[in-house]
Amino acid sequence: MIISVASGKGGTGKTTVATNLALSIGKNQFLDCDVEEPNANIFINAKINKKEDISLSIPNIDKEKCNYCRKCSDFCAYNALAVVGLNVLVFPELCHSCGGCGLVCPKDAINWDNRIIGKIEHGKSKDIDFYQGILNIGEMQAVPVIKALKRKIGKNKNVIIDVPPGTSCPVIESINSSDYCILVTEPTPFGLHDLKLAVEVVRHLNISFGVIINRDGIGDNKVETFCKSENIPILLKIPERKKIANLYSKGVALVNEAFEWHEMFGMVFENILEEVKK
Amino acid sequence: MKQLTIISGKGGTGKTTITAAFASLAKNAVFADCDVDAADLHLILKPNVKKEMKFNGLKIASINKEKCTECKKCYENCKFEAIDEDINITKESCEGCGVCELVCPVDAIQMVDRESGFSYNSETRFGPMAHAMLKTAEEASGKLVTVVRNNAKKLAEEKNKDLILIDGPPGIGCPVISSISGVDLVLIVTEPTLSAIHDLERIFGVANHFKIPAIVCINKFDINLDNTLKIEKYCKSNGIDIVGTLPYDVIVTKSMIHEKTIIEYKEKDFSNLIIKLWENIRRRLDT
Repeated sequence: MIISVASGKGGTGKTTVATNLALSIGKNQFLDCDVEEPNANIFINAKINKKEDISLSIPNIDKEKCNYCRKCSDFCAYNALAVVGLNVLVFPELCHSCGGCGLVCPKDAINWDNRIIGKIEHGKSKDIDFYQGILNIGEMQAVPVIKALKRKIGKNKNVIIDVPPGTSCPVIESINSSDYCILVTEPTPFGLHDLKLAVEVVRHLNISFGVIINRDGIGDNKVETFCKSENIPILLKIPERKKIANLYSKGVALVNEAFEWHEMFGMVFENILEEVKK
Repeated sequence: MKQLTIISGKGGTGKTTITAAFASLAKNAVFADCDVDAADLHLILKPNVKKEMKFNGLKIASINKEKCTECKKCYENCKFEAIDEDINITKESCEGCGVCELVCPVDAIQMVDRESGFSYNSETRFGPMAHAMLKTAEEASGKLVTVVRNNAKKLAEEKNKDLILIDGPPGIGCPVISSISGVDLVLIVTEPTLSAIHDLERIFGVANHFKIPAIVCINKFDINLDNTLKIEKYCKSNGIDIVGTLPYDVIVTKSMIHEKTIIEYKEKDFSNLIIKLWENIRRRLDT
Protein backbone atom coordinates (compact mmCIF):
# COMPACT_ATOMS: atom_id res chain seq x y z
CA MET A 1 0.00 0.00 0.00
CA ILE A 2 1.57 3.24 -1.20
CA ILE A 3 0.10 6.50 0.13
CA SER A 4 1.40 9.79 -1.21
CA VAL A 5 0.79 13.13 0.49
CA ALA A 6 0.52 16.09 -1.90
CA SER A 7 -1.03 19.56 -2.01
CA GLY A 8 -0.45 21.86 -4.97
CA LYS A 9 0.12 24.84 -2.70
CA GLY A 10 3.26 24.81 -0.61
CA GLY A 11 3.23 25.11 3.16
CA THR A 12 -0.23 23.63 3.73
CA GLY A 13 1.02 20.80 5.94
CA LYS A 14 2.10 17.93 3.66
CA THR A 15 5.09 17.09 5.81
CA THR A 16 3.03 17.37 9.00
CA VAL A 17 0.50 14.87 7.65
CA ALA A 18 3.04 12.52 6.08
CA THR A 19 5.27 12.30 9.15
CA ASN A 20 2.45 11.97 11.69
CA LEU A 21 0.83 9.28 9.58
CA ALA A 22 4.10 7.37 9.33
CA LEU A 23 4.57 7.61 13.10
CA SER A 24 1.07 6.20 13.72
CA ILE A 25 0.78 3.08 11.58
CA GLY A 26 3.47 0.64 12.67
CA LYS A 27 6.11 -0.56 10.27
CA ASN A 28 6.48 1.47 7.11
CA GLN A 29 8.82 2.87 4.53
CA PHE A 30 8.97 6.66 4.28
CA LEU A 31 10.15 8.48 1.16
CA ASP A 32 10.76 12.23 1.28
CA CYS A 33 10.38 13.05 -2.41
CA ASP A 34 10.53 16.82 -1.82
CA VAL A 35 14.17 16.60 -2.89
CA GLU A 36 14.45 20.37 -3.40
CA GLU A 37 13.55 21.10 0.21
CA PRO A 38 13.43 17.85 2.21
CA ASN A 39 12.16 18.49 5.75
CA ALA A 40 10.56 15.26 6.93
CA ASN A 41 13.55 14.09 8.90
CA ILE A 42 13.29 17.12 11.16
CA PHE A 43 10.21 15.33 12.56
CA ILE A 44 11.22 11.68 12.12
CA ASN A 45 14.80 11.93 13.38
CA ALA A 46 16.11 8.90 11.56
CA LYS A 47 19.81 8.35 12.04
CA ILE A 48 21.23 8.48 8.51
CA ASN A 49 23.62 5.59 7.98
CA LYS A 50 23.76 5.18 4.22
CA LYS A 51 24.33 7.69 1.42
CA GLU A 52 24.26 7.10 -2.28
CA ASP A 53 25.18 9.62 -4.98
CA ILE A 54 22.76 10.14 -7.85
CA SER A 55 24.41 11.02 -11.12
CA LEU A 56 23.56 11.68 -14.73
CA SER A 57 25.62 10.82 -17.81
CA ILE A 58 26.90 13.97 -19.47
CA PRO A 59 28.61 14.04 -22.88
CA ASN A 60 32.33 14.65 -23.02
CA ILE A 61 33.53 15.51 -26.53
CA ASP A 62 36.67 13.83 -27.84
CA LYS A 63 38.29 16.72 -29.71
CA GLU A 64 40.60 14.43 -31.65
CA LYS A 65 37.65 12.70 -33.26
CA CYS A 66 35.12 15.58 -33.50
CA ASN A 67 34.72 17.18 -36.94
CA TYR A 68 32.38 19.98 -35.70
CA CYS A 69 29.53 18.82 -37.95
CA ARG A 70 26.96 20.18 -35.42
CA LYS A 71 24.77 17.08 -35.63
CA CYS A 72 24.84 16.74 -31.84
CA SER A 73 23.92 20.36 -31.13
CA ASP A 74 21.20 20.31 -33.82
CA PHE A 75 19.70 17.19 -32.29
CA CYS A 76 19.78 18.24 -28.61
CA ALA A 77 16.25 19.27 -27.57
CA TYR A 78 17.57 20.95 -24.42
CA ASN A 79 20.23 23.28 -25.90
CA ALA A 80 22.83 21.52 -23.80
CA LEU A 81 25.36 21.49 -26.65
CA ALA A 82 26.65 24.33 -28.82
CA VAL A 83 29.32 24.29 -31.51
CA VAL A 84 31.20 27.57 -31.60
CA GLY A 85 33.99 27.64 -34.17
CA LEU A 86 36.29 24.76 -33.37
CA ASN A 87 34.86 24.18 -29.96
CA VAL A 88 31.90 22.18 -28.63
CA LEU A 89 30.41 23.68 -25.50
CA VAL A 90 28.56 21.37 -23.10
CA PHE A 91 26.08 22.85 -20.60
CA PRO A 92 25.81 20.03 -18.07
CA GLU A 93 22.91 21.42 -16.03
CA LEU A 94 20.71 21.51 -19.15
CA CYS A 95 21.51 17.93 -20.26
CA HIS A 96 18.75 15.34 -19.68
CA SER A 97 21.07 12.40 -20.48
CA CYS A 98 18.89 11.13 -23.31
CA GLY A 99 21.93 9.79 -25.17
CA GLY A 100 20.83 11.30 -28.47
CA CYS A 101 24.07 13.17 -29.20
CA GLY A 102 26.01 9.93 -28.91
CA LEU A 103 23.65 8.26 -31.37
CA VAL A 104 23.82 11.00 -34.03
CA CYS A 105 27.58 11.58 -33.86
CA PRO A 106 29.12 10.17 -37.06
CA LYS A 107 32.65 10.17 -35.63
CA ASP A 108 32.00 8.34 -32.37
CA ALA A 109 33.43 11.40 -30.63
CA ILE A 110 31.16 11.37 -27.60
CA ASN A 111 32.21 9.79 -24.34
CA TRP A 112 30.18 9.90 -21.13
CA ASP A 113 31.09 11.39 -17.79
CA ASN A 114 29.16 10.92 -14.58
CA ARG A 115 27.94 14.10 -12.99
CA ILE A 116 26.57 13.97 -9.47
CA ILE A 117 23.34 15.98 -9.09
CA GLY A 118 22.20 14.85 -5.68
CA LYS A 119 22.02 11.98 -3.25
CA ILE A 120 19.76 9.56 -1.48
CA GLU A 121 20.06 8.99 2.24
CA HIS A 122 18.74 6.10 4.27
CA GLY A 123 18.25 5.60 7.97
CA LYS A 124 15.99 4.06 10.59
CA SER A 125 13.81 5.43 13.34
CA LYS A 126 11.83 2.88 15.34
CA ASP A 127 9.24 1.49 12.90
CA ILE A 128 10.21 3.73 10.02
CA ASP A 129 12.55 2.76 7.23
CA PHE A 130 13.44 6.28 6.15
CA TYR A 131 14.67 7.51 2.77
CA GLN A 132 15.21 11.05 1.55
CA GLY A 133 16.46 12.54 -1.69
CA ILE A 134 18.54 15.72 -1.72
CA LEU A 135 19.06 17.75 -4.89
CA ASN A 136 22.38 19.57 -4.94
CA ILE A 137 22.33 23.38 -4.79
CA GLY A 138 22.26 24.92 -8.28
CA GLU A 139 20.92 21.77 -9.98
CA MET A 140 17.81 22.03 -12.16
CA GLN A 141 16.48 18.49 -12.34
CA ALA A 142 14.69 16.96 -9.38
CA VAL A 143 13.11 14.11 -11.35
CA PRO A 144 16.16 11.79 -11.63
CA VAL A 145 16.64 11.97 -7.85
CA ILE A 146 12.95 11.21 -7.27
CA LYS A 147 13.10 8.29 -9.71
CA ALA A 148 16.08 6.81 -7.87
CA LEU A 149 14.26 7.28 -4.56
CA LYS A 150 11.16 5.48 -5.81
CA ARG A 151 13.24 2.46 -6.82
CA LYS A 152 13.73 1.91 -3.07
CA ILE A 153 10.07 0.99 -2.62
CA GLY A 154 9.88 -2.60 -1.35
CA LYS A 155 7.21 -5.12 -2.28
CA ASN A 156 4.15 -5.45 -0.06
CA LYS A 157 5.19 -2.69 2.27
CA ASN A 158 3.28 0.23 3.63
CA VAL A 159 4.89 3.26 2.06
CA ILE A 160 4.32 6.94 2.84
CA ILE A 161 5.53 9.47 0.26
CA ASP A 162 6.02 13.16 1.05
CA VAL A 163 5.45 14.92 -2.29
CA PRO A 164 6.91 18.32 -3.34
CA PRO A 165 4.52 21.27 -3.87
CA GLY A 166 3.23 22.19 -7.32
CA THR A 167 1.61 20.17 -10.11
CA SER A 168 4.34 19.53 -12.68
CA CYS A 169 7.00 16.89 -13.38
CA PRO A 170 8.46 16.30 -9.88
CA VAL A 171 4.93 15.98 -8.47
CA ILE A 172 3.75 13.54 -11.14
CA GLU A 173 6.89 11.44 -10.68
CA SER A 174 6.35 11.31 -6.91
CA ILE A 175 2.63 10.46 -6.98
CA ASN A 176 2.61 8.04 -9.90
CA SER A 177 1.80 4.41 -9.00
CA SER A 178 0.47 5.33 -5.54
CA ASP A 179 -2.57 3.40 -4.32
CA TYR A 180 -3.96 6.47 -2.63
CA CYS A 181 -3.18 10.16 -2.46
CA ILE A 182 -3.93 12.49 0.46
CA LEU A 183 -4.32 16.11 -0.61
CA VAL A 184 -3.56 18.55 2.20
CA THR A 185 -5.07 22.01 1.98
CA GLU A 186 -6.03 24.99 4.08
CA PRO A 187 -9.42 26.74 4.09
CA THR A 188 -8.32 29.88 2.22
CA PRO A 189 -8.75 31.09 -1.39
CA PHE A 190 -5.15 30.10 -2.22
CA GLY A 191 -5.62 26.71 -0.59
CA LEU A 192 -8.84 26.04 -2.49
CA HIS A 193 -7.48 27.20 -5.85
CA ASP A 194 -4.41 24.97 -5.59
CA LEU A 195 -6.46 22.07 -4.22
CA LYS A 196 -8.53 22.15 -7.41
CA LEU A 197 -5.32 21.91 -9.47
CA ALA A 198 -4.10 18.99 -7.36
CA VAL A 199 -7.47 17.24 -7.77
CA GLU A 200 -7.09 17.52 -11.55
CA VAL A 201 -3.66 15.89 -11.32
CA VAL A 202 -4.75 12.89 -9.23
CA ARG A 203 -7.85 12.39 -11.35
CA HIS A 204 -5.68 12.53 -14.47
CA LEU A 205 -3.45 9.84 -12.98
CA ASN A 206 -6.48 7.81 -11.89
CA ILE A 207 -5.51 7.60 -8.24
CA SER A 208 -8.17 7.54 -5.52
CA PHE A 209 -7.80 10.36 -3.06
CA GLY A 210 -9.15 12.26 -0.07
CA VAL A 211 -8.56 15.63 1.55
CA ILE A 212 -7.12 16.72 4.90
CA ILE A 213 -7.90 20.29 5.92
CA ASN A 214 -5.12 21.87 7.92
CA ARG A 215 -5.41 25.09 9.95
CA ASP A 216 -9.16 24.50 10.09
CA GLY A 217 -10.94 27.63 11.24
CA ILE A 218 -8.64 30.31 9.85
CA GLY A 219 -10.57 31.02 6.67
CA ASP A 220 -13.93 30.23 5.12
CA ASN A 221 -15.83 27.01 4.39
CA LYS A 222 -15.41 26.97 0.62
CA VAL A 223 -12.99 24.04 0.68
CA GLU A 224 -15.59 21.90 2.46
CA THR A 225 -18.33 23.00 0.08
CA PHE A 226 -16.10 22.12 -2.85
CA CYS A 227 -15.27 18.67 -1.43
CA LYS A 228 -18.94 17.93 -0.78
CA SER A 229 -20.03 18.96 -4.25
CA GLU A 230 -17.28 16.83 -5.80
CA ASN A 231 -17.87 13.87 -3.47
CA ILE A 232 -14.34 14.03 -2.14
CA PRO A 233 -13.97 12.51 1.34
CA ILE A 234 -12.54 14.77 4.06
CA LEU A 235 -10.29 12.45 6.02
CA LEU A 236 -9.34 14.78 8.85
CA LYS A 237 -9.40 18.38 9.99
CA ILE A 238 -6.45 19.74 11.91
CA PRO A 239 -7.52 22.87 13.82
CA GLU A 240 -5.63 26.17 13.75
CA ARG A 241 -3.95 26.25 17.16
CA LYS A 242 -0.97 28.19 18.38
CA LYS A 243 0.20 25.06 20.19
CA ILE A 244 0.26 23.07 16.93
CA ALA A 245 2.09 25.82 15.04
CA ASN A 246 4.61 26.03 17.86
CA LEU A 247 5.25 22.27 17.88
CA TYR A 248 5.77 22.39 14.12
CA SER A 249 8.18 25.29 14.43
CA LYS A 250 10.29 23.25 16.87
CA GLY A 251 10.27 20.15 14.69
CA VAL A 252 8.10 18.08 17.06
CA ALA A 253 5.54 15.69 15.56
CA LEU A 254 1.98 16.03 16.90
CA VAL A 255 1.71 12.34 17.70
CA ASN A 256 4.73 12.55 19.98
CA GLU A 257 3.03 15.25 22.03
CA ALA A 258 -0.54 13.99 22.42
CA PHE A 259 -1.76 10.43 22.03
CA GLU A 260 -5.12 11.51 20.58
CA TRP A 261 -3.31 12.48 17.37
CA HIS A 262 -1.82 9.02 17.21
CA GLU A 263 -5.34 7.60 17.25
CA MET A 264 -6.65 10.09 14.71
CA PHE A 265 -3.92 9.41 12.18
CA GLY A 266 -4.35 5.69 12.81
CA MET A 267 -8.04 6.09 11.93
CA VAL A 268 -7.17 7.99 8.77
CA PHE A 269 -4.97 5.05 7.75
CA GLU A 270 -7.71 2.51 8.51
CA ASN A 271 -10.21 4.47 6.45
CA ILE A 272 -7.82 4.66 3.52
CA LEU A 273 -7.16 0.90 3.71
CA GLU A 274 -10.90 0.25 3.48
CA GLU A 275 -11.33 2.71 0.63
CA VAL A 276 -8.52 1.12 -1.39
CA LYS A 277 -9.88 -2.41 -0.84
CA LYS A 278 -13.21 -1.43 -2.41
CA MET B 1 14.79 48.54 -15.48
CA LYS B 2 15.17 46.53 -12.25
CA GLN B 3 13.93 43.05 -11.43
CA LEU B 4 13.05 41.70 -7.98
CA THR B 5 12.04 38.07 -7.32
CA ILE B 6 10.32 36.95 -4.15
CA ILE B 7 11.23 33.39 -3.17
CA SER B 8 11.30 31.24 -0.04
CA GLY B 9 12.51 27.69 -0.59
CA LYS B 10 9.71 26.41 1.63
CA GLY B 11 6.18 26.95 0.38
CA GLY B 12 3.50 28.83 2.28
CA THR B 13 5.72 31.35 4.04
CA GLY B 14 3.88 34.31 2.48
CA LYS B 15 5.53 35.01 -0.90
CA THR B 16 2.32 35.78 -2.78
CA THR B 17 0.71 37.80 0.02
CA ILE B 18 3.80 39.99 0.21
CA THR B 19 4.14 40.28 -3.59
CA ALA B 20 0.50 41.39 -3.85
CA ALA B 21 1.02 43.97 -1.10
CA PHE B 22 4.09 45.31 -2.92
CA ALA B 23 2.03 45.50 -6.12
CA SER B 24 -0.24 48.05 -4.49
CA LEU B 25 2.79 50.07 -3.35
CA ALA B 26 5.07 49.93 -6.41
CA LYS B 27 4.54 53.06 -8.45
CA ASN B 28 5.67 52.03 -11.91
CA ALA B 29 5.96 48.25 -12.13
CA VAL B 30 5.01 45.14 -14.11
CA PHE B 31 4.02 42.04 -12.12
CA ALA B 32 4.99 38.51 -13.13
CA ASP B 33 3.61 35.35 -11.54
CA CYS B 34 6.35 32.79 -12.08
CA ASP B 35 4.80 30.14 -9.82
CA VAL B 36 3.26 28.65 -12.95
CA ASP B 37 2.57 25.29 -11.26
CA ALA B 38 0.21 26.68 -8.67
CA ALA B 39 -0.28 30.34 -9.52
CA ASP B 40 -2.22 32.35 -6.91
CA LEU B 41 -1.29 35.99 -7.46
CA HIS B 42 -4.19 36.43 -9.90
CA LEU B 43 -6.65 35.64 -7.10
CA ILE B 44 -5.73 38.99 -5.50
CA LEU B 45 -4.67 41.10 -8.48
CA LYS B 46 -7.64 39.92 -10.63
CA PRO B 47 -6.03 40.47 -14.01
CA ASN B 48 -8.04 41.39 -17.04
CA VAL B 49 -6.52 39.25 -19.81
CA LYS B 50 -5.54 41.31 -22.87
CA LYS B 51 -3.57 38.72 -24.77
CA GLU B 52 -3.52 34.91 -24.59
CA MET B 53 -0.61 32.98 -26.10
CA LYS B 54 -0.28 29.22 -26.57
CA PHE B 55 2.64 27.59 -24.84
CA ASN B 56 4.27 24.53 -26.36
CA GLY B 57 6.60 22.82 -23.92
CA LEU B 58 8.89 20.04 -24.99
CA LYS B 59 7.74 17.91 -27.93
CA ILE B 60 6.21 14.50 -27.48
CA ALA B 61 6.63 11.24 -29.42
CA SER B 62 3.70 10.06 -31.49
CA ILE B 63 3.76 6.49 -32.79
CA ASN B 64 2.12 5.38 -36.02
CA LYS B 65 1.09 1.83 -35.10
CA GLU B 66 0.45 0.91 -38.73
CA LYS B 67 4.05 1.54 -39.70
CA CYS B 68 5.52 0.13 -36.48
CA THR B 69 7.20 -3.28 -36.84
CA GLU B 70 7.68 -3.68 -33.08
CA CYS B 71 11.47 -3.96 -33.41
CA LYS B 72 11.63 -2.36 -29.92
CA LYS B 73 14.58 -0.11 -30.78
CA CYS B 74 12.67 2.87 -29.35
CA TYR B 75 11.88 0.95 -26.17
CA GLU B 76 15.53 -0.06 -25.78
CA ASN B 77 16.90 3.45 -26.34
CA CYS B 78 14.42 5.53 -24.32
CA LYS B 79 16.21 6.68 -21.16
CA PHE B 80 13.00 7.92 -19.56
CA GLU B 81 11.03 4.65 -19.51
CA ALA B 82 8.40 6.49 -21.55
CA ILE B 83 7.87 3.62 -24.03
CA ASP B 84 6.85 0.18 -22.79
CA GLU B 85 7.58 -3.18 -24.40
CA ASP B 86 4.29 -3.10 -26.29
CA ILE B 87 5.37 0.24 -27.76
CA ASN B 88 2.92 2.45 -25.91
CA ILE B 89 3.91 5.92 -24.80
CA THR B 90 3.51 7.17 -21.26
CA LYS B 91 2.87 10.83 -21.94
CA GLU B 92 3.89 11.98 -18.45
CA SER B 93 7.31 10.35 -18.74
CA CYS B 94 8.26 11.54 -22.25
CA GLU B 95 10.83 14.35 -22.04
CA GLY B 96 10.74 15.08 -25.76
CA CYS B 97 14.36 14.21 -26.56
CA GLY B 98 13.62 12.67 -29.98
CA VAL B 99 15.82 9.59 -29.59
CA CYS B 100 12.94 7.22 -30.46
CA GLU B 101 12.25 9.12 -33.68
CA LEU B 102 15.96 8.92 -34.48
CA VAL B 103 16.36 5.17 -33.94
CA CYS B 104 13.08 4.04 -35.55
CA PRO B 105 14.08 2.22 -38.75
CA VAL B 106 10.65 2.58 -40.41
CA ASP B 107 9.85 6.24 -39.62
CA ALA B 108 6.91 5.26 -37.46
CA ILE B 109 7.65 7.88 -34.79
CA GLN B 110 7.28 11.61 -35.08
CA MET B 111 7.98 14.27 -32.50
CA VAL B 112 4.94 16.53 -32.32
CA ASP B 113 4.14 19.75 -30.45
CA ARG B 114 2.28 19.40 -27.19
CA GLU B 115 0.01 22.17 -26.02
CA SER B 116 1.31 22.54 -22.51
CA GLY B 117 -0.54 25.66 -21.44
CA PHE B 118 -1.00 29.36 -22.00
CA SER B 119 0.77 32.56 -21.13
CA TYR B 120 -1.14 35.80 -20.64
CA ASN B 121 -0.52 39.53 -20.74
CA SER B 122 -3.04 41.34 -18.59
CA GLU B 123 -3.98 44.59 -16.90
CA THR B 124 -4.61 44.91 -13.17
CA ARG B 125 -5.69 47.81 -10.97
CA PHE B 126 -2.00 48.31 -10.12
CA GLY B 127 -0.42 47.89 -13.55
CA PRO B 128 0.35 45.30 -16.24
CA MET B 129 0.80 41.65 -15.33
CA ALA B 130 2.36 38.63 -17.06
CA HIS B 131 1.20 35.21 -15.94
CA ALA B 132 0.54 31.70 -17.20
CA MET B 133 -1.33 28.46 -16.81
CA LEU B 134 0.32 25.06 -17.13
CA LYS B 135 -2.07 22.29 -18.15
CA THR B 136 -2.58 19.32 -15.84
CA ALA B 137 0.40 16.98 -15.65
CA GLU B 138 2.48 18.93 -18.17
CA GLU B 139 6.24 19.36 -18.00
CA ALA B 140 8.57 22.24 -18.77
CA SER B 141 7.49 24.65 -16.08
CA GLY B 142 11.00 26.18 -16.19
CA LYS B 143 10.54 26.95 -19.87
CA LEU B 144 7.14 28.56 -19.17
CA VAL B 145 8.70 30.70 -16.43
CA THR B 146 11.15 32.02 -19.03
CA VAL B 147 8.23 32.82 -21.36
CA VAL B 148 6.44 34.75 -18.57
CA ARG B 149 9.61 36.68 -17.76
CA ASN B 150 10.16 37.60 -21.41
CA ASN B 151 6.54 38.73 -21.68
CA ALA B 152 6.96 40.86 -18.55
CA LYS B 153 10.12 42.42 -19.95
CA LYS B 154 8.37 43.35 -23.19
CA LEU B 155 5.43 44.82 -21.26
CA ALA B 156 7.83 46.89 -19.15
CA GLU B 157 9.60 48.21 -22.25
CA GLU B 158 6.37 49.04 -24.07
CA LYS B 159 4.85 50.80 -21.09
CA ASN B 160 8.00 52.44 -19.76
CA LYS B 161 7.95 50.65 -16.44
CA ASP B 162 11.08 50.67 -14.31
CA LEU B 163 10.52 47.55 -12.21
CA ILE B 164 9.48 43.92 -12.69
CA LEU B 165 8.12 42.35 -9.52
CA ILE B 166 8.29 38.54 -9.74
CA ASP B 167 6.39 36.09 -7.53
CA GLY B 168 8.58 32.98 -7.51
CA PRO B 169 7.79 29.30 -6.95
CA PRO B 170 8.80 27.24 -3.90
CA GLY B 171 11.78 24.87 -4.06
CA ILE B 172 15.27 25.30 -5.45
CA GLY B 173 15.10 23.50 -8.83
CA CYS B 174 14.41 24.34 -12.44
CA PRO B 175 11.47 26.81 -12.18
CA VAL B 176 13.15 28.63 -9.27
CA ILE B 177 16.42 29.00 -11.14
CA SER B 178 14.52 30.29 -14.18
CA SER B 179 12.71 32.79 -11.93
CA ILE B 180 15.85 34.30 -10.42
CA SER B 181 18.44 34.13 -13.19
CA GLY B 182 19.64 37.62 -14.06
CA VAL B 183 17.47 39.54 -11.56
CA ASP B 184 18.90 42.43 -9.53
CA LEU B 185 17.74 41.25 -6.13
CA VAL B 186 15.90 38.37 -4.48
CA LEU B 187 13.81 38.73 -1.35
CA ILE B 188 13.70 35.49 0.64
CA VAL B 189 10.56 35.24 2.78
CA THR B 190 11.10 32.91 5.70
CA GLU B 191 9.42 32.02 9.00
CA PRO B 192 10.82 30.86 12.34
CA THR B 193 10.22 27.12 11.90
CA LEU B 194 13.02 24.57 11.67
CA SER B 195 11.76 23.53 8.23
CA ALA B 196 11.80 27.07 6.89
CA ILE B 197 15.26 27.73 8.34
CA HIS B 198 16.60 24.59 6.66
CA ASP B 199 15.01 25.71 3.38
CA LEU B 200 16.30 29.28 3.78
CA GLU B 201 19.85 27.95 3.95
CA ARG B 202 19.34 25.98 0.71
CA ILE B 203 17.64 28.77 -1.26
CA PHE B 204 20.28 31.25 -0.11
CA GLY B 205 22.84 28.75 -1.42
CA VAL B 206 21.14 28.88 -4.82
CA ALA B 207 21.10 32.70 -4.92
CA ASN B 208 24.76 32.67 -3.94
CA HIS B 209 25.58 30.04 -6.57
CA PHE B 210 24.17 32.32 -9.27
CA LYS B 211 25.72 35.40 -7.62
CA ILE B 212 22.40 37.19 -7.08
CA PRO B 213 22.17 39.55 -4.08
CA ALA B 214 19.68 38.32 -1.48
CA ILE B 215 17.86 39.93 1.43
CA VAL B 216 15.54 38.34 3.98
CA CYS B 217 12.16 39.10 5.50
CA ILE B 218 11.03 37.09 8.55
CA ASN B 219 7.28 36.50 8.44
CA LYS B 220 5.29 35.41 11.54
CA PHE B 221 8.42 36.17 13.59
CA ASP B 222 6.49 35.85 16.87
CA ILE B 223 5.43 32.20 16.49
CA ASN B 224 8.82 31.10 17.80
CA LEU B 225 11.18 33.78 19.07
CA ASP B 226 14.07 31.36 19.66
CA ASN B 227 13.97 30.40 16.00
CA THR B 228 13.72 34.04 14.93
CA LEU B 229 16.93 34.57 16.84
CA LYS B 230 18.47 31.64 14.98
CA ILE B 231 17.53 33.20 11.64
CA GLU B 232 19.01 36.52 12.71
CA LYS B 233 22.25 34.80 13.70
CA TYR B 234 22.39 32.84 10.46
CA CYS B 235 21.82 35.97 8.38
CA LYS B 236 24.42 37.94 10.30
CA SER B 237 27.10 35.31 9.89
CA ASN B 238 26.35 35.06 6.16
CA GLY B 239 26.19 38.80 5.56
CA ILE B 240 22.50 38.79 4.60
CA ASP B 241 20.47 41.86 5.55
CA ILE B 242 17.09 41.36 7.21
CA VAL B 243 14.93 44.09 5.71
CA GLY B 244 11.81 43.48 7.75
CA THR B 245 10.01 41.32 10.28
CA LEU B 246 6.25 40.79 10.26
CA PRO B 247 4.14 39.38 13.12
CA TYR B 248 1.58 36.58 12.77
CA ASP B 249 -1.73 38.27 12.05
CA VAL B 250 -5.17 36.97 11.03
CA ILE B 251 -5.49 40.01 8.79
CA VAL B 252 -3.38 38.13 6.22
CA THR B 253 -6.05 35.47 5.75
CA LYS B 254 -8.90 37.98 6.09
CA SER B 255 -7.60 40.20 3.31
CA MET B 256 -7.05 37.12 1.12
CA ILE B 257 -10.65 36.05 1.61
CA HIS B 258 -11.76 39.54 0.59
CA GLU B 259 -9.49 39.28 -2.47
CA LYS B 260 -7.63 42.40 -1.45
CA THR B 261 -4.00 43.19 -0.79
CA ILE B 262 -3.10 43.80 2.85
CA ILE B 263 -2.52 47.47 2.02
CA GLU B 264 -6.01 47.82 0.52
CA TYR B 265 -7.62 45.97 3.40
CA LYS B 266 -6.48 48.83 5.62
CA GLU B 267 -5.33 47.81 8.99
CA LYS B 268 -2.85 50.45 9.94
CA ASP B 269 -0.22 48.68 12.02
CA PHE B 270 0.35 45.79 9.68
CA SER B 271 0.18 47.95 6.55
CA ASN B 272 2.78 50.29 7.99
CA LEU B 273 5.19 47.41 8.51
CA ILE B 274 4.77 46.35 4.88
CA ILE B 275 5.21 49.94 3.68
CA LYS B 276 8.44 50.20 5.65
CA LEU B 277 9.60 46.87 4.26
CA TRP B 278 8.85 48.02 0.73
CA GLU B 279 10.66 51.36 1.19
CA ASN B 280 13.67 49.46 2.46
CA ILE B 281 13.70 47.23 -0.62
CA ARG B 282 13.02 50.09 -3.02
CA ARG B 283 16.05 51.93 -1.68
CA ARG B 284 18.23 48.89 -2.30
CA LEU B 285 16.94 48.52 -5.83
CA ASP B 286 17.67 52.16 -6.60
CA THR B 287 21.26 52.09 -5.42
